[in-house]
Amino acid sequence: MSRKQWLLSGFVAFTCLASTAAISGPIENYSPVTTQRLENPEPGNWMLYRRTYDGQGYSPLDQINASNVKNLTPAWTFATGVVEGHEAPPIVNNGVMFVATPMGQVIALNAKTGDEYWRYKRQLPDDLFQLHPTSRGVGLWEDKLYLATTDDHVVALDAKTGKVVWDTKVQDYKKGQYMTLMPLIVDGKVIVGGSGGEFGVRGYVAAYDAKDGKELWRTFTIPGEGEPGHDTWQGEDWKNGGGSAWMTGNYDKETKTIYWGVGNAAPWPGETHPGDNLYTSSVLALDPNTGKIKTHHQYHQNDSWDWDEVDAPMLIDLQRDGRNIKSLVHPGRDAIFWVLERTPTKINYVAGWPFVSTDVWKGIEPESGKPIVDPAHKPVIGKRVEFCPSLWGGKDWPSAAYSQRTGLVYVPANENFCGGFTGEKVALKPGELWLGTKPEDIGLKAKPGADHFGELQAWDPATGKKVWQHNFPKSQLFGSVTATAGDLVFVGGTNDRNFRAFNAKTGELLWEQKTNSGIMGMPVSYEIDGTQYIAIQSGWGVDAQRIQDALATNNIGIEANVPQGGVIWVFALKK
Amino acid sequence: MSRSSFTTNSASPENSTEPEVDAGIEQTRRTLLLGALASTACLGCSPPARAGEDPPGSDERPQKGDVLVFSEGDKEGKLITAADVPAGGPPVHAWPKDPNTSVVRSASRLNEILIIKLDPAELDEKTRARAVDGIIAYSAICSHAGCPVTAWVKSDVGDKEVFKCMCHNSEYDPRAGAQVVFGPAPRRLAALPLALADGSLNVAGNFIGKVGGAQPG
Repeated sequence: MSRKQWLLSGFVAFTCLASTAAISGPIENYSPVTTQRLENPEPGNWMLYRRTYDGQGYSPLDQINASNVKNLTPAWTFATGVVEGHEAPPIVNNGVMFVATPMGQVIALNAKTGDEYWRYKRQLPDDLFQLHPTSRGVGLWEDKLYLATTDDHVVALDAKTGKVVWDTKVQDYKKGQYMTLMPLIVDGKVIVGGSGGEFGVRGYVAAYDAKDGKELWRTFTIPGEGEPGHDTWQGEDWKNGGGSAWMTGNYDKETKTIYWGVGNAAPWPGETHPGDNLYTSSVLALDPNTGKIKTHHQYHQNDSWDWDEVDAPMLIDLQRDGRNIKSLVHPGRDAIFWVLERTPTKINYVAGWPFVSTDVWKGIEPESGKPIVDPAHKPVIGKRVEFCPSLWGGKDWPSAAYSQRTGLVYVPANENFCGGFTGEKVALKPGELWLGTKPEDIGLKAKPGADHFGELQAWDPATGKKVWQHNFPKSQLFGSVTATAGDLVFVGGTNDRNFRAFNAKTGELLWEQKTNSGIMGMPVSYEIDGTQYIAIQSGWGVDAQRIQDALATNNIGIEANVPQGGVIWVFALKK
Repeated sequence: MSRSSFTTNSASPENSTEPEVDAGIEQTRRTLLLGALASTACLGCSPPARAGEDPPGSDERPQKGDVLVFSEGDKEGKLITAADVPAGGPPVHAWPKDPNTSVVRSASRLNEILIIKLDPAELDEKTRARAVDGIIAYSAICSHAGCPVTAWVKSDVGDKEVFKCMCHNSEYDPRAGAQVVFGPAPRRLAALPLALADGSLNVAGNFIGKVGGAQPG
C-alpha cells in the first residue's frame, strides 16, 4: 500500500466511524401507517398536517393543562443546521419524529430523546431560485414517507432508513413550478398541489400512487375548454390564470371528499382577467379516487388583491340557528371569517363577517355568499389603489385551530396593515414574475398610531361572536395555532422569538419561552410512555421576515433582524 | 337584490383604529419592494435556462476572452462597450459570449452578470484593483437562495445605493467587493474580473467566489 493509499483508507475509515457515531438508526419496530390509523389517529400521535383529517389542529392530550403549563420546560432540542423559514410540523408516529426543513431535508429523530436516526438531504439544482425555500412537512403511509420538493418532485423515502424509494418529477422548476406543501395521504394516494401562481402557471391538484409514484390523476384548478366554469374566463386568460394550490387539503372521511384551498388569479389586477375566474380564491371539493370536482365555493370573485385562499377550511360539526351543520370554517386571507355548510353535492354559504378591519368589502349577498366589492379599493389598470388589509390579508397561510372542548376557533390574525399598487398590463414570459404591476409600485403601510399588529383571536363559529383577543404590540402574528384538551392554545409567530400558551377559555397568557429564532411552524403534541410533549420548529424567514422588514421601515421602533436558523424544540412538564 | 352589509372598519371593540391609507406613513423604497413578495412572489426573476435546446458552451461559466452582451432591454444581444455603462449605476445586465463561436452563454441563469460603473474613489482597495475605469462586474445571483439580484436601490441601513435581491431582501455593496450589508445572504456575490479591448468589455478571468445560493450540507 502506498503512503497515499494508506492515508486515503485511513480517512475513509475515520469518516465512516464518525458518521456511525452521530446517528442511532436505523429505526426498529416502525409502526406502519394505515387508513384506519389516519382516520382515527391515536391521541398520542400527530401523523397528518393538522393531526386529523378534519384539519382542526386539536390534540386530545390533557396532561399539560391550564393549571400546570407554567411548569413546561424544554425536554430536548435539535439544531437542523438550516436557515430560512421552518414551516413544517414535527410529525410523530409511535415514538418516531420526522421533520422537514427548508432546502429539501428530512430528519428522523427519536421523539423521546432527540437522537437522530437518519437525515435525507436532497441535492437541489444549482440554478434553482427558491421563492419560498421551505417545506410544510412529510406525509406518512405504511412504511414510507413523502416529501414535495421546491424543485417540483414528489419523493418517497423509506421511513426506517431515509433511503429514496421513488422520485417522480411533477413539472419543470425552471418554469416557476414548485411545491412547499405537506402531501395529503388518502388510501394510498399521495396528493399534492402546485405553487407558482405569481409566474402565471395554471394551478392543479394531483395524486400519485404511494407504492410506485405513478401519477393517478391531475385536476386543474382553472377549468379548460368544455369544462364547467370555463365560461368564467375570457379568451386565453385561463391558460395562465394562477389558482395555485400550495397548502395541504383536508378530508371528510364520511363522504370521501377532499377540501382543497385554491390561490388567487394571475396577474393581480382583475381587469386583466375579467370574469369570476373559477376556481381561484375558492375551496374545491374533490373525489380522492378520481380527482373529479364534486362542487366548490368561491370565497371572492375576480381577485385583485393577491388574496390566496389556500388554507383549507376546517371541518367542524356546529349547532347554529337551531340546526346541526356540518360546516367548513375558513378565516380567509380576504379578511372574512367564513362559515359554510358541506353537503355531498353542494357547499352552502351560511355566514361571513370581517375578523379584521377591511375597506374592500361593503357586505355579503346573503343568498350567494358573494362579497360586495367597494370599487374604490379594488386595484385597476393605470391608477394607484389602496386597500386594507394588506397583501398578506387578515390571515395568511398559518392555520387556525378549533377546540372541541371550548367550541372556539383560534385565529392568527393581523390588523393595522394596508397595501396598494398601480395595475398595468404586462406580457407573460414563462418563468418570469407576472404580477400585473411594477414591483417598485407596490406598497405596504402600517396604519398611523396603530398600537398593535398581531392578534390571536377566539371566535365562536356558532354565534359569530368574538370571545377573546390577545394583541401583540410591535409584532405581526405569523404562525399556526394548535389547541389541546388541556384547555390550552399554543402559538409562536411573533418577532420576539417567543413560544406561548394561552388559556383557551379566557385568552390569559399562561406561559412563554424564548427560542433561538422566530416560530412560523405548527405546534404539535404527542405522548410517549405516559409523558405528553409539545413540539415546534423555531426558524424565521420567508414572509414572516418580509413583514418584519416592512415593520422596520415604517419608523415605529421595530428592528428588522430576527435571527435565523432552525431548531426543533420539545417541551414537557418538569418532573 | 337583497344584500346584507357589515361595518367594514371595525370587526371588534378592540379594532378601533380607522384605516387611514392616504395619510399613511411614507413608504420607503424597500417596503414597496417587500409588498411585492406578499404571497409567493419573486421579483424580477430571470428567464429560465433553455436546457437541451442550446448550443454547446452556452451553459458554461464565463471564460477569459469572452465578450459581454446585453441580457435584456432594447439592446439585448448587442455588445456592451464601456460607454454603455452609466456612471453611478444602475447596473447593466449581461451575458458572456464566446467570440469565436458567437455562442451566448445564456443557458444557465448562473451566468448572468451585473456590470456597474462607480467612482474609483468610492471603491475599496481590492475592488479598485479589479475595476477597469471604475467598471466592475459581479454575479447577478444571490448567495442566499439563488434568487436574482435585480435592484439598485438606496440601502435601509445606509445612505448609499446597493444591489438588492428582492426575494429575501439581501443587500450587497459593490464598492466593497459586494459584501453583504443587509439580509440573510451568508456571503458576498462572486466577482468577475473585466478587461477593456478596443472600447469593449470582456472577461479577464473566472468568477472569484462561489456563484449562486447555498446548498445545505
